[in-house]
Amino acid sequence: MPLGLLKYGLTKKYPAKHHFTPEKALKKHYDVVIIGGGGHGAAIAYNLAKYHGVTNVAILEKSYLGGGNTARNTAVIRSNYLTESGVNFYSESVKLYNNLSNEFNYNVMMESRGQLTLAHSDAAIRSFRWRAEVNQHLGVRSELVDRQSIAELVPNLNMSEDARYPIMAGLWHADGATARHDAVAWGYAKGACDRGVELHQLTEVEDIIIANGRVNGVKTNRGTIHCGAVVQAVAGASSIVAKKAGIALPIHCYPLQAMVTQPYKPILTPHVSSPQVHVYVHQTSRGEFVIGGGSDPYPLYNTRATLDQRETLSAAALELFPFLTQARLLRQWAGITDMTPDYSPIMGLSPVKNYYLDAGWGTWGFKATPICGVTMAALIATGKVPDLIKPFELERFYRFEQINEAGATAASH
Amino acid sequence: MKLLSCPLNGLRNISEFTYGGEYHPTPDHRTTSSRDWAEHVFFHDNTAGIVIEWWCHTPSSFWFLAERNTLTDEVVRTFTPDELYTKPTIQHEPKPETTP
Repeated sequence: MPLGLLKYGLTKKYPAKHHFTPEKALKKHYDVVIIGGGGHGAAIAYNLAKYHGVTNVAILEKSYLGGGNTARNTAVIRSNYLTESGVNFYSESVKLYNNLSNEFNYNVMMESRGQLTLAHSDAAIRSFRWRAEVNQHLGVRSELVDRQSIAELVPNLNMSEDARYPIMAGLWHADGATARHDAVAWGYAKGACDRGVELHQLTEVEDIIIANGRVNGVKTNRGTIHCGAVVQAVAGASSIVAKKAGIALPIHCYPLQAMVTQPYKPILTPHVSSPQVHVYVHQTSRGEFVIGGGSDPYPLYNTRATLDQRETLSAAALELFPFLTQARLLRQWAGITDMTPDYSPIMGLSPVKNYYLDAGWGTWGFKATPICGVTMAALIATGKVPDLIKPFELERFYRFEQINEAGATAASH
Repeated sequence: MKLLSCPLNGLRNISEFTYGGEYHPTPDHRTTSSRDWAEHVFFHDNTAGIVIEWWCHTPSSFWFLAERNTLTDEVVRTFTPDELYTKPTIQHEPKPETTP
């Protein structure tokens, strides 16, 4: 291997391969059109092509591959949710993530580092105990831990009893992990394109053609395409795209801001989050500390960064990790989240025939990417809604059957 | 948006306000189906552009409406609810006639 690498490095002609479809004209007809070239869209295309033999597929992306919220999330993977539907869904996703690099033969830099959520009140401990029981019952590694275990898991955490909100206990989730978000989108897109799927970047869907309650095609800035089925996977713009198909969604779009410091030597292994001080912190494999928190206080379609949020996040991060006082911030950014009333996604059938929804990805989209690809592809290929995503259908809101995951967020929104 | 003009208290810091959701006329509870109620309660226009929404000045508990652009975060204007709601005319039950 090292010799092969050396030979490769010294050859003049690098056998570099294109990962994705080279630029080409749109075809007149596709079996499936996927709106949105992020992790989810690419994962759906990959599963359609590899496991269902559906390869006449186009991914239409208005900007570039994985440039939306796939690039803006903070790459936390976990399954310690609160409802049975939620835990089953996300734990299946974590399992798929664990094997994703092998599945692609492409390194997504998956690292199972564990996730620690902190309790600073009796009420939080009660809810953690509840979550731990639900998780363990469904086979997810999740347990309530005391102050001593916390100090052992994260030695540099501020355990002082004089803190504004002293740490009382924690929810330790050994399955918690992180992966490189770009690599996830690239791995899926590469695998899909290798099997005949076409990725069309800078291609924006302007309208959706519907006749007799059934989707027939899409109008884009590069011409009209006819197709048998359409799936929208455009978190952050779900309401805007669905409106073109005449569908209203129970979504409000809020910016969610995060920031990173300059890189430092490895010092923090797990993800640490606190719903009380509204912050989560982890150190990337590159050494940067990623600091994120709750959504902005009101809806907005704008990814600007605010000083308010920078101050709030910094104060909260310093409360947990005082050693970050000298750390310098490298950048701050925002993504647009699809917040649903119950903090669960909206997946599956829509009121329009052959038009499928993959929407409502608030702060839980990245971790669901692999399972979303599997289940949505199965739905499109077979027309049957997989049991795993049945509870997340749009119709649940009309039946008042919400899947409340508001209590299972990492940093409370 | 860092400041918001409250119709009662004037220009104040945004941190003094709470967002209260999109403005939608409330359907008549006597004639609305539960499906339409669900739509009223859960579904949103989520418009990218100018919207009308509820805001509350938290320290004074004063509710008002704002026209705001959700793409640029600029407030067009703020106004009191009586622009959209007329005061209900209270009809008193006729007093039962009492026989002397």
